[in-house]
Amino acid sequence: MRKIDKSFPGVRALQGVDFTLCEGEIHALMGENGAGKSTLIKVLTGVYGKDSGTITLKDQGEVTIHSPQDAQRLGISTVYQEITLCPNLTVAENMYIGRTKGTIQHWKKMVQDADKILQNLDIPAKASQQLASCSIAVQQMVAIARAVDMDCKVLILDEPTSSLDEQEVEKLFGLMRDLKARGVGIIFVTHFLDQVYEVCDKITVLRDGCLVGEYEIKDLPRVQLVAKMLGKEMDDLSDIKSEQNAYQGSDADTKVFEAENLQSNAGIKPFDFYIKKGEVNGFTGLLGSGRSESVRAIFGADRVLHGTVKKNGKTIKIAKPLDAMKNGIAYLPEDRKVDGIIGDLSVRENIILAYQVLTGFFRPFSKSQANKFADEYIKKLSIKTASVDTPIKSLSGGNQQKVILARWLLTHPEYLILDEPTRGIDVGTKVDIQKLVLELASEGVSVTFISSETDEMLRTCSRLIVMRDRKVVGELSGDDLTQSKIMSTIAGGESES
Amino acid sequence: MASEKKKASIFTRLSDTNLLLAITIIIFVLMYLGAVLIQGGGFTKPQTFFNILNANAALILTSCGMSIVMITGGIDISVGGVVALVSMCCAVYLDKHNGNVFVSILIALAIGLAYGVVQGFLVAYLDIQPFIVSLAGMFFARGMTTIVNSAPFNVENEAFVTLKNTRINVPGLGSVNKKGVYVPAYVEIGVIVALLAVVFLFFLLQYTKLGRSFYAVGGNKQSALMLGINVKRTKFLSHLICSLLAGIGGYVYFLHVGSGSPSHASGMEMEAIASSIIGGTMLTGGVGNIIGTLFGVLSLSTIKNIVASAGLDEAWWTGITIAAMLCIFLIIQSVVMAQKKRALKTN
Repeated sequence: MRKIDKSFPGVRALQGVDFTLCEGEIHALMGENGAGKSTLIKVLTGVYGKDSGTITLKDQGEVTIHSPQDAQRLGISTVYQEITLCPNLTVAENMYIGRTKGTIQHWKKMVQDADKILQNLDIPAKASQQLASCSIAVQQMVAIARAVDMDCKVLILDEPTSSLDEQEVEKLFGLMRDLKARGVGIIFVTHFLDQVYEVCDKITVLRDGCLVGEYEIKDLPRVQLVAKMLGKEMDDLSDIKSEQNAYQGSDADTKVFEAENLQSNAGIKPFDFYIKKGEVNGFTGLLGSGRSESVRAIFGADRVLHGTVKKNGKTIKIAKPLDAMKNGIAYLPEDRKVDGIIGDLSVRENIILAYQVLTGFFRPFSKSQANKFADEYIKKLSIKTASVDTPIKSLSGGNQQKVILARWLLTHPEYLILDEPTRGIDVGTKVDIQKLVLELASEGVSVTFISSETDEMLRTCSRLIVMRDRKVVGELSGDDLTQSKIMSTIAGGESES
Repeated sequence: MASEKKKASIFTRLSDTNLLLAITIIIFVLMYLGAVLIQGGGFTKPQTFFNILNANAALILTSCGMSIVMITGGIDISVGGVVALVSMCCAVYLDKHNGNVFVSILIALAIGLAYGVVQGFLVAYLDIQPFIVSLAGMFFARGMTTIVNSAPFNVENEAFVTLKNTRINVPGLGSVNKKGVYVPAYVEIGVIVALLAVVFLFFLLQYTKLGRSFYAVGGNKQSALMLGINVKRTKFLSHLICSLLAGIGGYVYFLHVGSGSPSHASGMEMEAIASSIIGGTMLTGGVGNIIGTLFGVLSLSTIKNIVASAGLDEAWWTGITIAAMLCIFLIIQSVVMAQKKRALKTN
């Protein structure tokens, strides 16, 4: 396996990206969301066709890959983040089904063969066991075992660790090192920096569909890696601080909401949290670091395992989103298409939805009242819509976002959580939303603002909570609110390079 | 504590399919024993059991087909209609055209095959919901049955009547009647066909690549695709087998009743679904067993028999007992599965 190049001309997801994987190395593919990692992998595995460029394998020379089956035949196997095995079958069947010849299933031989491979790779599972009775990590390993037995030369692991706990990750790494020693080239995609530095030999960084570079792991300290992924060189970063316009004028210093030792079932480490009245704070960190999971825990959107939430010093119980809403918390979810808008309902109905839920379904309010509310917020947020009766799905992304914002503002929240409110909308609307956040804060509403774009966070937030690998690793405020400081905290305190 | 641990290990050792099968068989045996103890009389005679088989051979065949489709993650509610259509076509052919018995069997198979090809194609290759496809199939079959002949009638074709009255004696299980004459226990030809089909399908599901593919597709379609299974072909074949079995089941039904009628086998598709579910097949796909389905049919028809012999002959009594039984089975299933999940977690 010497060189795999491929390029996508124009404004496609990948623009002239080169990628080289050598025998027996673990190569990390890094980049923020939308950087083109998945696209690159999907091209390599034949899920997407490529526009131009070549893929070259060591023995076969230049190859064309049209389907995942093609890729498998060439020895390129992929283990995806979600397990793509059948939970209702046995481990052995999952390793062999769909790739053996003949019509008869020889159970005995299959189970024996499978057991041999499992033993060989030191995977703690029995071949005759039902797959669903194995832990996620073992299932992941069974998928790898299948790939290995198919004589794969290239193994692609797409975020294999995101649903594993630390011990399981350790086991997986053991297996990866073992395979590496056997000459398998592994492409490892992950958001966890620690893991990259633990097992990988090389890193290739992508950003916005372009290749940023390929580095030996020892030549690229964490801070630089983060800088490369975010696309900011360290030198430029210190200047941005001079754009000092974070809003500071809170009227009171009381902590409106406090959370202690909060943990949800979404896999984040327990954390403490507080927010003052009229304060704008934010969660920052790389994608997958647990930003959304943290606020979801506060809002009760994931099942809270333990921990307490206090409002104005009094303990309150938040078991589900409705409890949070009743306590004056509003949450604008990350993915508005999935969690937010109801596409076929009108703008008006989408706006009054949360308010209606709060007041109770059996106390309907009149249409004229609903229209009044809708009109008020359409004007206030300058939502561009033909009428209040237009279905929300025909609005642009930015306007949809404003409608959802209006929905929550109508409930007059004391605490507003905005999870990526500016993603996928145009610059003008982004600024509108940021202004609105500051305006709300000046009226005494506490706001938590989450964004992937750090400069946005710096402009709006007065305090930042930094997360890495699902842990809160630091808190920055005042003079510490700089790009470089954020980045070094994300990277793990290793600030000088 | 020790016994708790042992229970957990049994739970975890059995696959979902085998666990549900075990539940079904245990419940059937308990129920039959209960019937023998409480009602006594008829239930102690082996012939009562064989009569249940005789009357339900067709249901066994259609339920097996249903189970295969359900294991693959689909459903087929046209089977009752196909059974009615097959018996009507064969009845008209044999009685009004004085046809050949052998050809009538071919007609039955052809109808089943045609249904399988069309429905399988629509479901697998055009990706239409199996429920919708077979709903249309059901209406079509019922309509066609009435078009072929709208009035019920008996078949008097000699060769057919001979075949219909052929009894296969079961040695050693007969009984002595009031006059002191030994009456041998017997089954009809349909029962032999049904049991052969059960054995064949059991091996198909357990020991062939195709059979395992049904489970894989039903378990997780996307994964099955990634594992290199031809998902479309697998789905197609599941419907083909199901409709073919409905065709055979139609003929067996016809052989049992010896007549054609538009109202034949009404609601049989629902009984087939109920039997599959009682037999441990899950509507969500991926879990099920043909032996379980056999016991599902037996349980369902035994309860019907118990209700009837208790003198509660009205249709609604049967309906209510079946409903109650389905509920009990489903509750036991979900409780046991939940228990299993918990056992897995604590391991």
